[in-house]
Amino acid sequence: MFRNQYDTDVTTWSPTGRLFQVEYAMEAVKQGSAAIGLRSRSHVVLASVNKAQSELSSHQRKIFKVDDHIGVAIAGLTADGRVLSRYMRSESINHSFTYESPLPVGRLVVRLADKAQVCTQRSWKRPYGVGLLVGGLDESGAHLYYNCPSGNYFEYQAFAIGSRSQAAKTYLERRFESFNESSREDLIKDAILAIRETLQGETLKSSLCTVSVLGVDEPFHFLDQESIQKVIDTFEKVPEEEEDGGEAEAEAAAAPTEQGGAGDQDVAPMEM
Amino acid sequence: MFLLPVSFSINADYFFLQFTIPIDNGDSVKNAEADSQRTLYPYVTGTSIVAIKYKDGVLMASDMGGSYGSTLRYKNIERMKAIGKHSLLGASGEISDFQEILRYLDELVLNDNMWDDGNSLGPKEVHNYLTRVMYNRRNKFNPLWNTLVLGGVKNGESYLGMVSMIGVSFEDNHVATGFGNHLARPILRDEWHADLSFEDGVKLLEKCMRVLLYRDRSAINKLQIAKITEEGVTVSQPYSLKTFWEFKAFNNPTAGAEGSW
Repeated sequence: MFRNQYDTDVTTWSPTGRLFQVEYAMEAVKQGSAAIGLRSRSHVVLASVNKAQSELSSHQRKIFKVDDHIGVAIAGLTADGRVLSRYMRSESINHSFTYESPLPVGRLVVRLADKAQVCTQRSWKRPYGVGLLVGGLDESGAHLYYNCPSGNYFEYQAFAIGSRSQAAKTYLERRFESFNESSREDLIKDAILAIRETLQGETLKSSLCTVSVLGVDEPFHFLDQESIQKVIDTFEKVPEEEEDGGEAEAEAAAAPTEQGGAGDQDVAPMEM
Repeated sequence: MFLLPVSFSINADYFFLQFTIPIDNGDSVKNAEADSQRTLYPYVTGTSIVAIKYKDGVLMASDMGGSYGSTLRYKNIERMKAIGKHSLLGASGEISDFQEILRYLDELVLNDNMWDDGNSLGPKEVHNYLTRVMYNRRNKFNPLWNTLVLGGVKNGESYLGMVSMIGVSFEDNHVATGFGNHLARPILRDEWHADLSFEDGVKLLEKCMRVLLYRDRSAINKLQIAKITEEGVTVSQPYSLKTFWEFKAFNNPTAGAEGSW
């Protein structure tokens, strides 16, 4: 994708039927630090990498609570993400007020997508430069959606967005079939492991990532650093060895019933 | 048409600026509001609704009368309607306002169906929506002159609630509107219990409706009973209650005072 004469305006089509401004907006998502979401039948976990501008500053918040039963993780222009989170919170609370029941995630996601679409069809607007991973609960169970700047949305079992998300996606692709039946703890562990994939060799520490959970009977909340570190410790006991021995080897060492059906490859001695 | 301003008129519940338009319609000069019209009093009204929770869901009873003041003018008004898949709405009070509410709910249910996403409005959501509507109208001094009863079943849970014209809303195991509050609820407080069978529930409702028939002058002897369960709503065909007038005291009412009636 290079500079061409059809990309100045979001309302200009290219002769090959592309809207370049929209595609450029999707590039912006890839520039943000990674965000990951996965879901089981009853829980959704959203995790993100804490990127800070410099050593002096604090890291950007990328995961937001929209309601007790909905959370969102963003990647891309965080300012756009904040604005959209505020919109989502507003929609959710208005629904709760009128109907005294939680807004179904699917409906919120459609409204969000329609809002994004408007920006792709007005000459005085620009597309939102942020991708949103929306996780939530409704009558039909747990859901994870990805909202694109283009106004498209898709439902996923697990997904990763942002920089170096391909590594996380590869990891998730190997494991996603077991997620539906995963326990809450396994889901969290898989999220953190996926985050680790995006770090490309950097040692995983709880200060580097933010993890949030929501589920049936469990309102959206963040995990504190201690809990995250505990999970990390279960597989990062011996960093150098574990890196290789973690996923590649077919070790049925632990294989307790709590693991998902796909034969979890964890080596580290689990507290059973 | 010239408008002659008259001073403020303060009535018990409201005051408004009145303008007189000199129209002579025989008895009095008509007054027109400077702003748009508001509901001041009801015209065609329905009387009580009585509803109870029972084993499989909710039972609701109402008669089919629409009174025009003291005249029992309309005798075929259905005051209970199904809303969506899971709810049943009964109304007493102004019939035209009830019809307006049905139009609002129609739109609500339509939009809900258009989502086509597996989620659907349950009775709790409809009840709260109605509470918001009624309360908002009350705040604008333009109420929908109804007391509404909302019953339903969703995912095995029964729901029964009520909203009044001023937006007071609550849930209970048995509710009644209007005269029903005074005549039917004492019976229900004594005789209602959880897990009533369908037959017992109907008998209980008929007992309440019979008392209302005897004592409420706007009640007529043509009622319907509606049932809502997980399967859906059914409204019965209209029927009448048997009444008994052969009390000894009625036989010779002037026995103690000849010449009176």
